[in-house]
Amino acid sequence: MAQTGRPLSPHLQVYKWQVQMASSILHRATGIILAVGSLLIVWGLAALAAGQDAFATFTACAASPFGTIVMIGWTLAFFYHLCNGIRHLVQDTGKGYAIESFVRSSWMAIIVSIVLTVVVWAYVLTGSHA
Amino acid sequence: MSKDLRNPLARARGLGSAKEGVGHWMTQRITALALVFLTLWFVITVLTLMHADYATARATIAKPWNAVLLIALVITMFKHAVLGLQVVIEDYVHTRWLEMTSLVLIKFIAVLAALMGVLAVLRIALGS
Repeated sequence: MAQTGRPLSPHLQVYKWQVQMASSILHRATGIILAVGSLLIVWGLAALAAGQDAFATFTACAASPFGTIVMIGWTLAFFYHLCNGIRHLVQDTGKGYAIESFVRSSWMAIIVSIVLTVVVWAYVLTGSHA
Repeated sequence: MSKDLRNPLARARGLGSAKEGVGHWMTQRITALALVFLTLWFVITVLTLMHADYATARATIAKPWNAVLLIALVITMFKHAVLGLQVVIEDYVHTRWLEMTSLVLIKFIAVLAALMGVLAVLRIALGS
């Protein structure tokens, strides 16, 4: 922490929990996760460029249990950051700041991202779609 | 006498103390808007390639439009990531040398990773 005598914001512990806090914190957390994930995307591209062996190593890692968990986590982080990001872009136009709609759109971003993740992974895991 | 302590030229330019005005804010939004489309296209492309073999995956990425969109995605993604991580670091890292080191480090990593991604797509597209 900063070596200052003055009080520092935010004092998270003095607030009653609200969904808007979760949606805000999650946006940052998922942003950090996706930044790390972008390095994995580059790994995939570099492996595809490097040749069949390198790409086989990459796909084997991706298909492993740990790789699958990482990709499911990435999908959830991606859809949440996408939904809440669109919500923020709408709010940048000055809309949606009434408390009621602010809370509703927070929940929507969370719920829609979970639904989209479930839909995508239901498609992937049930898939013998060649 | 004016209440504003800035001189009139500084006020007209509107660049503030960081000398970039709303540049950071605006770039974050424009890259966000681009990424809405680029990332959705990327996810759909990956899903269609899920069970493809190596040659098919490579041939798909090598198509001009796919290669162009992928390069656009890689550059936009890392630009957006650096702008976002910068704000997080500025907000939460309160030790000055650690803050500066982190800010420089994420830029170095992002530039190298973006270049690596672009080179990979070019190698695939140009077939070498």
